Amino acid sequence: MLTIDGVVLSFEAGQTIMEAATAAGVYLPHLCHHPEFKPHGSCKLCTVKVNGRFASACTLPAAEGQEVLSETLELRQLRVRITQMLFVEGNHFCPSCEQSGDCKLQATAYALGMLDSHFPHFFPARRVDASHPDILLDLDRCILCELCVRASRDMDGKSVFGIAGRGMESHLVVDAESGALVDTVIEVSDRAVKICPVGAILIKRTAYEKPIGQRLYDHHPIQAVLLQADQGGGSCDQ
Amino acid sequence: MLCEIVDHHGGEATSLLQVLIDVQMRFRCVPAGVMTFLAEILHLPRTQIQAVVEFYSFLSVTSTGRFDVRFSDSVTDQLLGSRDLATRLCQRLGVKLGETRADDAVSVHLTSCTGLSDQGPAALVNGQVLTRLDGDRIVQMADFIDQEIDLDAWPKAWFRVEDQVQLEGLLLAEELPLGACLERAGTLDAVGIISEIDRSGLRGRGGAGFKTAVKWRFCYEGAEGTLPGDPSITRYVVCNADEGEPGTFKDRVLLSRNAHDVFEGMTVCARAIGALRGFLYLRGEYRYLLDTLLKVLEARRSRGLLGRNILGVEGFDFNIEIHLGAGAYICGEESALIESLEGKPGHPRNRPPYPVTCGYLGQPTVVNNVETFVAAARIMAFGADWFLSEGTAQSTGTKMLSVSGDCERPGIYEVPFGTPVSVVMHRCGADDPMGVQVGGPSGTFIGKAEFERILGFEDLSTGGSMMVFSQARDVVAIARGFTHFFAHESCGFCTPCRVGTSLLRQLIDKIAEGHGTPHDLVEMTQLAAIVKNASHCGLGQTAANPLMQTLERFPERYQERLKTTLFEPGFDLDGALEVSRQMTGRADAKAHLTQVG
Repeated sequence: MLTIDGVVLSFEAGQTIMEAATAAGVYLPHLCHHPEFKPHGSCKLCTVKVNGRFASACTLPAAEGQEVLSETLELRQLRVRITQMLFVEGNHFCPSCEQSGDCKLQATAYALGMLDSHFPHFFPARRVDASHPDILLDLDRCILCELCVRASRDMDGKSVFGIAGRGMESHLVVDAESGALVDTVIEVSDRAVKICPVGAILIKRTAYEKPIGQRLYDHHPIQAVLLQADQGGGSCDQ
Repeated sequence: MLCEIVDHHGGEATSLLQVLIDVQMRFRCVPAGVMTFLAEILHLPRTQIQAVVEFYSFLSVTSTGRFDVRFSDSVTDQLLGSRDLATRLCQRLGVKLGETRADDAVSVHLTSCTGLSDQGPAALVNGQVLTRLDGDRIVQMADFIDQEIDLDAWPKAWFRVEDQVQLEGLLLAEELPLGACLERAGTLDAVGIISEIDRSGLRGRGGAGFKTAVKWRFCYEGAEGTLPGDPSITRYVVCNADEGEPGTFKDRVLLSRNAHDVFEGMTVCARAIGALRGFLYLRGEYRYLLDTLLKVLEARRSRGLLGRNILGVEGFDFNIEIHLGAGAYICGEESALIESLEGKPGHPRNRPPYPVTCGYLGQPTVVNNVETFVAAARIMAFGADWFLSEGTAQSTGTKMLSVSGDCERPGIYEVPFGTPVSVVMHRCGADDPMGVQVGGPSGTFIGKAEFERILGFEDLSTGGSMMVFSQARDVVAIARGFTHFFAHESCGFCTPCRVGTSLLRQLIDKIAEGHGTPHDLVEMTQLAAIVKNASHCGLGQTAANPLMQTLERFPERYQERLKTTLFEPGFDLDGALEVSRQMTGRADAKAHLTQVG
């Protein structure tokens, strides 16, 4: 047994704190975590305090007697700041984005009570790759969660995507000498195409099939949606 | 040609970085076509090839020219005028910093500390080391480059690296007779070797100070559910010679004058844990040592101290390969180092599990610092009691320090643990210093009031770097330089470090340039806490140390830089209009904005 914010939970051997929490219906904010993949640990939104020390809930193994804190003022503030870092790092213009209402970054920001971006914006020069007839890559919105990288490699068996560069110059690249998506072996049916939590990978001509206001997070907070999906109620990939 | 390079490194996917380093050295770049070819021949995704090329500073997609010049940009180099020298070289050559000249003759860059802080300003040219640069040498360099004169013909004195050992102790004073450690180790079994190391109290000398015997024991025992010392489990010994912490150069000296000791220590570790293969991970900046080190390995093989049946002991097989780094500070972190050994970008792993149970290729691996292996070799040869004769109860033995900056006698000082900083200051001829950066920017910046603190894991931990700063130095500029370093070296894997270190850099730039307000100091302190608490590894966790520690000790230096207004924009309003002015061809007064306050 372990506790999260004083609530006692049981866990299975080999589970991470995130997995134990999800199974028990406790929501821990996350963007790079996905129940069908091995723990990743890059976004740091799931940062919790375990026995007084900071840790990523998605990678730390659950252990007997752990006292986990999640909903403290300090941690809520930390999560807002990390989300704000993601917003200022890229170019995230929600009002004009196809993904608005279906976007995990946006929905997480709402759930955390984020009201502004707080930090100065970097306004990076990011690529848009429209070379493929059916798939659009708008890297303004990429949050480097590597879900597409992992899906393409581990599920589609293709390795279409990768992250190149270091530090703030990190960027998504594709498996083609030309650098263009059309020259890769990607197909619209690939898992990697649907797994993007934000509007960086889009299937062309489908963006407004669902009107704004009728999208996934327009009426349900992300906490409820994710718990239902992660507990096995079906994937909420777009 | 490419096939030759690939074959030379064994053709394995794990050799990718070594292959790319050779390609870069030959062709001065790794062009797109080469990346595609290597992906096919090594059976790797092309995205991985690209990821590695773009991760490491010394690799480049575009040509770096016939002469690839990189000036060491450590704070100590900067204090010696390195940036001015770089600017002058660029001017004479007609090339912009960070770019390659149009005729592909030369490129000039800044690079993180190259480990020559005691003989700077230093630079790398085509991987070779230049020390003690000055204005005259810069003028000559420009001429040599323009006249296409090969490095072989440049003055030999320019490339001279001195050991500058100022004070010897347990490790440096006595010579270790070749094989003495292994002869003693040969009489003991794994448990016996590990208990001698345990008795000595040896702790890692790279900075973290983890008990060496415990590390070796965990590796020997292996992952849960396996039998200790199970010979069917492959284990590895890795020597961390990445020495990237600015101001650290003691491993450079050990590799230069005590290479046999390093390899002997690795071999005794291999004996203890049952490893057949070992790696020396040598930072790219120390590439100039490679040939000599390979010769030392060859000498050891011919004397039966390495290879098969070491010292005639049947089944005592161990071999060491040298893998180069390519300009990435994060690869000094042990799990990132292992990723690099596997031919990938240096992203630190999730821990647990730790390398001792799951390391290189998922196998139990010991990663230890150069100095740790040198100490281990001597402990085996001379005994644990010999080592215990110096140091404190919690920090036994000695520590090699690399002292640089504002002092008369920079260089290597080997002191017993428990030595106060003031003693080192006196020894190195530092006259009334303002502060000392102990353990590099990821360590502790101390002021005068703390000079009686002792060097040791119970007080001031250090991997060895000691940078001394005089009263004349600008402590805000020093903290700024270190903050830029961390932003440059962040691997980019996790959000708080990737973005946070750049946000910190922006903030300190704003303050240092005179646009800061009290609000910015509050911001900086809050941001520092986020970066420290949420980061994935030690780099992010210590990246804000220079700012926070200097702010704590020298608050007035920051206060006097601040404007009294409550708020100041985070960018230069008038400067932001420059592009518009150029595009509209306007320079009149109405095309400018004045900032009020």
